[in-house]
Amino acid sequence: MTSKKQNQLAIGALYGIAGLVVLILLALLGYILVSGMPKLSWHFLTSPAKAFLSGGGVGIQLFNSFYLLILAMLISFPIALGAAIYLYEYAKDNWVTATIRTAIEILSSLPSVVVGLFGFLFFVVKLRLGFSILSGAFALTFFNLPLLTRSIEDSLRTISDVQREGGLALGLSRWETVTRVILPAAVPSILTGVILSAGRVFGEAAALIYTAGQSAPALNFADWNPFNISSPLNPMRPAETLAVHIWKINSEGIMPDAKAISSGSSAVLVLAILLFNFAARYLGKRLYKRLTSA
Amino acid sequence: MFVNNDVRKSEEMLERHVTQPSEAGHPIILSTEDLHVYYGKKEALFEGDLQFASNQITALIGPSGSGKSTFLRSLNRMNDRIATVTGRIMYRGVDINQPAVDVYEMRRRVGMVFQRPNPFAKSIYDNIAFALRLRGVTGKHELDEIVETSLKQAALWDQVKDDLNKSALALSGGQAQRLCIARAIAVKPDILLLDEPASALDPVSTGQLEDTLLELKENYTIIIVTHNMQQAARISEYTAFFNQGRVLEYDTTSQIFTNPQVQVTSDYVSGNFG
Repeated sequence: MTSKKQNQLAIGALYGIAGLVVLILLALLGYILVSGMPKLSWHFLTSPAKAFLSGGGVGIQLFNSFYLLILAMLISFPIALGAAIYLYEYAKDNWVTATIRTAIEILSSLPSVVVGLFGFLFFVVKLRLGFSILSGAFALTFFNLPLLTRSIEDSLRTISDVQREGGLALGLSRWETVTRVILPAAVPSILTGVILSAGRVFGEAAALIYTAGQSAPALNFADWNPFNISSPLNPMRPAETLAVHIWKINSEGIMPDAKAISSGSSAVLVLAILLFNFAARYLGKRLYKRLTSA
Repeated sequence: MFVNNDVRKSEEMLERHVTQPSEAGHPIILSTEDLHVYYGKKEALFEGDLQFASNQITALIGPSGSGKSTFLRSLNRMNDRIATVTGRIMYRGVDINQPAVDVYEMRRRVGMVFQRPNPFAKSIYDNIAFALRLRGVTGKHELDEIVETSLKQAALWDQVKDDLNKSALALSGGQAQRLCIARAIAVKPDILLLDEPASALDPVSTGQLEDTLLELKENYTIIIVTHNMQQAARISEYTAFFNQGRVLEYDTTSQIFTNPQVQVTSDYVSGNFG
């Protein structure tokens, strides 16, 4: 076979594989949206769920999902950023950092149900946080940290060493170089990592079933005092998320329109992640522009 | 072992020829004494006491791997985390490797421009201004002025004066390298170290860069590593020839290129090896 033929064959095969992937994704997305769209309405998005009757919504679950996502990100992002900066910018390549990296890799392949059970034993039972948003956020942090650290470290790696040398040669300290030169340049790449992990967190169910709980007590959306039990902001209340809701309806839902609610919830989940992605990308672009005037 | 070493050195000393600029009465701003640089166990630079005359251009030439970049990077401690440096580097009477020396302040006085242009992912203006802001220069007027003079000194002002807020990453290679020079001189160093600054540039940009360096000589001491023999001959007063980690010959540039005393130097500058 000539190299030209080989090349054409390889290109053909790669196009085929890429096409297959796109097709599968589009089919899944299409199925979820087509079967869920009819259920979508303002009422569905805002009203609380009903256990036995039809016509329940997912308002509380939707809010819980976002609230948990934000809390989990607020906890895990600074830690992951610090760890990644330490690992890539400061630590020497020796057995300590090698051990840390191996630990991170192993942690990142931990099944989320194991994270959930650990969270149950440690946060819910041992630390007496109960089934609460806080327990869930901590469990999600454990679930999220390894991959986020890894992806931020990879983002720092994409910034060429000549940039670091440029900073140091101007008499900047290593810290100033990292915060003023490297991080601004790495924003788009870091953001991609954050978005990907946020999507994972938003859609996570197994780690939350035993930590944030499976019940969604009624909330009073007029009460924003986080110390009141019915306040949406109270971090100590149990909080079923959208993903957990889908799992629960499908395993033990007894309302007459369980299937429709499940389909609708799935569509909402997918759309919310999409919305989140677009918003994050838009904000990221503006941030990058402000930092770099690119 | 120790004895053998000495014998070898004294033999090779015969074919060294070093004339320090102080002998010609030039004021000396920087000098190295008994400098050794190790990467791990490997010694990359083991001989070369050099003095650098202030407000002159000194070229460091030699084949790849001869230790000239290693030498240059030691002069503002860019090798700190990479290599072990022993011996003394005296800058205005201070050994810069002493623990008491503020390495950041030292690097501000001994600036560096690298082989690959490395503008930051910031606007042209901020590339120059942000290091100054970190040092407490915050007045808009003052910053504007420093940015303008630095860019003018680097011969870039006329091309970018209307685009100061555009990203520096959009500049061409030659412009980017001159921005890096402007950035380096904006913090008002004494000495400018340049590590093959023209190797990634086309001939026209290289010519402009050389003109810039010749003008900068008025205010700065310049030490430049170059692979381009003509470049060394065109712009420098002094030339040091490095080979296998040693300085084999150091003299005025005209001497090195017209009347080299060491056979290896002669072979190298006439293009017979390297």
